[in-house]
Amino acid sequence: MKLALGPLLYYWPRAETLRFYEEAAGAADIVYLGEVVCSRRHELALEDWLALGAELAAAGKEVVLSAQALTESEGDLKLVRHAAANGRFRVEANDWGAARLLAGSALWVAGPHLNVYNPQTLAMLAELGATRWVAPMEATRELVAGLCAERPAGLEAEVFAHGRMPLAFSARCFTARRFSRQKEDCGYACLDFPDGMALETREGKPFLVLNGVQTQSAGVYCLVDELEAVRAAGVGVLRVSPQWRDTARVLEVLRAACAGTLSSYDARKALAAISPGKLWNGFWHGRPGMNAA
Amino acid sequence: MELVCPAGGLPALKAAVDHGADWVYAGLRDDTNARNFPGLNFDDAALGEGIAYAHARSRKVVLAVNTYPQAASWPRWTAAIDRAVALGADAVIIADAGLMRYASRSYPRLELHLSVQGSATSYEAINFFHEHFGVRRAVLPRVLSLAQVELVARRTPVEIEVFGFGGLCVMVEGRCALSAYACGESPNTAGACSPAHAVRWHETPAGLESRLNGVLIDRYSGGERAAYPTVCKGRYAAGGETYYAFEEPSSLNTLELIPEFGRIGVRAVKIEGRQRSPAYVAQVTRVWREAIDSLGKHFAVKPEWSTQLARHAEGSQTTLGAFSRPWK
Repeated sequence: MKLALGPLLYYWPRAETLRFYEEAAGAADIVYLGEVVCSRRHELALEDWLALGAELAAAGKEVVLSAQALTESEGDLKLVRHAAANGRFRVEANDWGAARLLAGSALWVAGPHLNVYNPQTLAMLAELGATRWVAPMEATRELVAGLCAERPAGLEAEVFAHGRMPLAFSARCFTARRFSRQKEDCGYACLDFPDGMALETREGKPFLVLNGVQTQSAGVYCLVDELEAVRAAGVGVLRVSPQWRDTARVLEVLRAACAGTLSSYDARKALAAISPGKLWNGFWHGRPGMNAA
Repeated sequence: MELVCPAGGLPALKAAVDHGADWVYAGLRDDTNARNFPGLNFDDAALGEGIAYAHARSRKVVLAVNTYPQAASWPRWTAAIDRAVALGADAVIIADAGLMRYASRSYPRLELHLSVQGSATSYEAINFFHEHFGVRRAVLPRVLSLAQVELVARRTPVEIEVFGFGGLCVMVEGRCALSAYACGESPNTAGACSPAHAVRWHETPAGLESRLNGVLIDRYSGGERAAYPTVCKGRYAAGGETYYAFEEPSSLNTLELIPEFGRIGVRAVKIEGRQRSPAYVAQVTRVWREAIDSLGKHFAVKPEWSTQLARHAEGSQTTLGAFSRPWK
């Protein structure tokens, strides 16, 4: 089982971001880089991500450049085009525009926001050059197993295995909205919320997390108890989504759990202690995402 | 500019046709469409009758097969396409790329519309579906500004359809698992957002509470108008403030934008609301028909149009939504 460090979904200062990859990338086999959420974020430009990618590749990591999930303007498309044409790293397509730009020309990754729910769609993506597929966030075990059972040869399957769940995208920035700021004059409010801004219900229960135009779960998706089933379903890559602290440790714990040197009980206990929310796995079991089976 | 109106049943379909819809969109009675609600939608007999009714009056019917099939359920989705063709539907609305391929290969002459649930927000994405499946029309997610819609329309041969009136998704359609997160069912997988069976209303000393699968979505004190508890329409607390974290309950009303839609090349305007009553469909269709037909040099929204539409708005206010982007 390979471990992937998913794209950084939050907005951190440049120095913190670079330090994060110094600390965490070593524990992963695959590192996804680039800005997926908001084109206004600029602490690292595409050139910076590419330079970082070159360093990580030199250190033996597989580097993938993740493309922005929601594209609205010509500026957004320009970013996706630049990523697609980077010439060095594989690219993760997170919408059909990126899929069009990548189709036939390169090996690429069909990202989690592409809405691949069945073998027929997956087969088509493989024909267009996709070599890896990341399951949608709400994928159940049945969905993943059903796709893997009929997947084209040479196509790897990856699942989101640890981190706050990316649940929705909007054109609106909800972090800016909290501070009554316009999206285009947001003051980069999300810089102040390195794990997203917590949203509680009116009875004080953690519910969601605001991350700019993206909405995430308050709890942390975690498949540590399901590693056998994940492997049996045909999955070859586990994705860990960056969190502000202890991401390297999350990767190490999952690595040990996959290798069987740490029991799932101890692994879960270790992850619960270093995760920014409760551990949930409802989606995998076909239940509400905010449940733990 | 064509008018595309909703029908959750035969009476609504007839009302749409009678009051001036160019197209009526409908779904089958299962999870193959994104309004999979109890008591709603069409069986084959009703759909056949509806199509005949529309065709007799030179109108068209398009079947929405716009949720995402999975390995085990795939045959139900392809059967829905087969049924649409057998019953004489004029087009199908599809979100899933694999299903789109099935439809284009099995029925090369079938007109394909890309569903809003397909999340295509750029001309690159729309052109993907055009090049691979010959998609004729695309329904845009309700997140683009007018200028962005114009850019899309200019850079694709695909006809552009936009939502003009009705309930409003705050999130990009097809990319929202908030409902699944709270209650296990989402538009993509189950064809429903906040399904009624998971919704509860409770009168409490603190006010009227709405819950989705137990999660408190909002609480209303006396006099406040309660909204249906979708996750994105609730009030939550962040940093000590309780507020509509995503958007105040409001519905889309873009009558005043009709001339702009025409200028930038929008081919069709869609009315939301397959779950609404035939009376809603009749009145909203009539107003929009009259408005579109009066498009000319001196277009102006008539006060009586606004009065009639206001009766059907969800929430207490209407908005131009992303088209005008007050929050940009």
